[in-house]
Amino acid sequence: MTFWLLLTVNSVTFGGLLFLLSAGFSLIFGLMRIPNLTHGSMFMVGAYLGTSLLSGALGITLNFWLAAVIGAVEVALLGALMERLLLRRLAGQQLAQVLVTLGVSFMAADLCLMGWGGDPISVATPPALAGFLRFGGAVFPLYRLAVILIAAVVALALWLMLERTRLGAMIRAGVDDPQMARVVGIRVSQLFTIVFALGAGLAGFAGMIGGPILSVYPGLDQDMLPLALVVVILGGTGSLLGSFVGSIIVGFIYNFGQALLPELAYFILFLPMVLVLALRPQGLFGGQVL
Amino acid sequence: MTGRRIGVAVAILALIAVPFVIGEVYYVNIASQILLYAIFALGLNVLVGYAGLVSLGHAGLFGVAAYVTAYLLAAGYGHLVAILAAIAAGLVVTAGFAALALRATGISFIMISLALGEIIWGLAYRWISLTNGDNGISVATRPAPFGLPLTSARGFYDATLVVFLVAVAACAIFVRSPFGAALCGTRDQPRRMNTLGYHVWMIRFWAFMFSGLLTSVAGILFVYYNEFISPQALALTASAEGLLMVISGGAGTLLGPVIGAALVVIVKNVVSAYVTRWNFVLGAIFVLIVVFMPEGLVPGSVRFWRWVTASRRPRVAATVVERESRP
Repeated sequence: MTFWLLLTVNSVTFGGLLFLLSAGFSLIFGLMRIPNLTHGSMFMVGAYLGTSLLSGALGITLNFWLAAVIGAVEVALLGALMERLLLRRLAGQQLAQVLVTLGVSFMAADLCLMGWGGDPISVATPPALAGFLRFGGAVFPLYRLAVILIAAVVALALWLMLERTRLGAMIRAGVDDPQMARVVGIRVSQLFTIVFALGAGLAGFAGMIGGPILSVYPGLDQDMLPLALVVVILGGTGSLLGSFVGSIIVGFIYNFGQALLPELAYFILFLPMVLVLALRPQGLFGGQVL
Repeated sequence: MTGRRIGVAVAILALIAVPFVIGEVYYVNIASQILLYAIFALGLNVLVGYAGLVSLGHAGLFGVAAYVTAYLLAAGYGHLVAILAAIAAGLVVTAGFAALALRATGISFIMISLALGEIIWGLAYRWISLTNGDNGISVATRPAPFGLPLTSARGFYDATLVVFLVAVAACAIFVRSPFGAALCGTRDQPRRMNTLGYHVWMIRFWAFMFSGLLTSVAGILFVYYNEFISPQALALTASAEGLLMVISGGAGTLLGPVIGAALVVIVKNVVSAYVTRWNFVLGAIFVLIVVFMPEGLVPGSVRFWRWVTASRRPRVAATVVERESRP
């Protein structure tokens, strides 16, 4: 019983991390119509930058949360730069844009290897959350519960932003019909930069938050990118609810798969994607067909 | 057309002469690598160039054939059984890929093919009891067809050359056949082709199968060349390298992928000799080619040549960049 409960908590935690990663991926896909293949790199770069900030790259050793937030802001800036300098040049050529994100992801992976070396870096759990919560016979790490809480808060904030603010309305309009949005005077290209930076920042933040659980290592980007792809294919593009539900589903399958069938966990992960593609190609909550 | 025939004959003779001209084993091996990757690129080009479907999962198909060959050889089966089984397995997995990825076209096709390729990579990497994980599988022997051993670099080069020439001929016939024309039609005007009574999905499916066949053959050659297979050969990087070969040479041309394969293999070997940063260089070339020369080297040079001679009317070469904007 305890085993299953613990596995469930771990699944939801991982689902929360995946949501932070894939919400931006989904919004970028919804708005710009391209899968951002650097999204895994952003996750990894956020984590690496965070570890450097933690160990005093700015001259002072920062608190974990401050490091995560500053790292995320840096990744967001990098994302905005990439959108402005590279993707903007190829406006309207989606295939070229995808290939550029692929090229940049290879470069980023190699730069990280150069900068931080090949050994995995473990990230210490913030001391305040290093403890455990006892519930019945089970013991839950506080940090994992905190990650769930953070993901929930971010999900709520994103939802409020999208549904209740002017910017959110503009983004939704851009996702639904970019040409029409342009016609009514929304600067869609500016939205591209904003959403790209937002998605990058969220991914970078997720990387650092995931650090104490996953640690940081070369290849983390390639581990996370397919997960984001699966979540978005499952949930549907451009849908916040879709990425939320997709993340939780993938989180459960991943953790239960690893506990029960460790060798095939990665394979099982893709089964729901295959089912969704066969039965409902637009994804569970997607409006448009992929 | 006689000029063209002479050109082909000269090219074949030149390819046969390669091992005699460059005596050193190292360079002969690189030539073999170029040929086997050229087969891979030719296969990928069927989809990317002629069907307009950009796949980022082809290293997975390559890997299935390679792993099946290695596994069966390691289990003690003969070469013929291993090769036939590898091609059969490659085709079965290709059919699965096609059935799923062809639910979409354009950008979503890329995404689905990428995810499918990663599944195969994940299996190779994590299903340790079957694939030996990161340690890979070693293959002790190379076959000796008709009593000719392929153990030497030259023997292997000659065998690869034969397979390569068959692959090029198959592609040339494919491109000129009515089916090839129909495939280009589904690339440029899928709706019109549908209205004309063509089964667009089925045409794409069989193109995918042909692509998978060539890819599987390349995978088998890869195992025999390296006498080893590990998950690294299936990673996204490998799919991207294949795509770079197709795009840099010129997608949708017969010889473009061959030239692209030569370019990528040579650059990779030269770069690896000096720095350990191949991935960075790969990414950088990708970005540069996509931004500055999206049509590839072969169509680019052809266009330049036509512009210089100005003997024919200028024709815009086919590019891989999106032909049809979806509503």
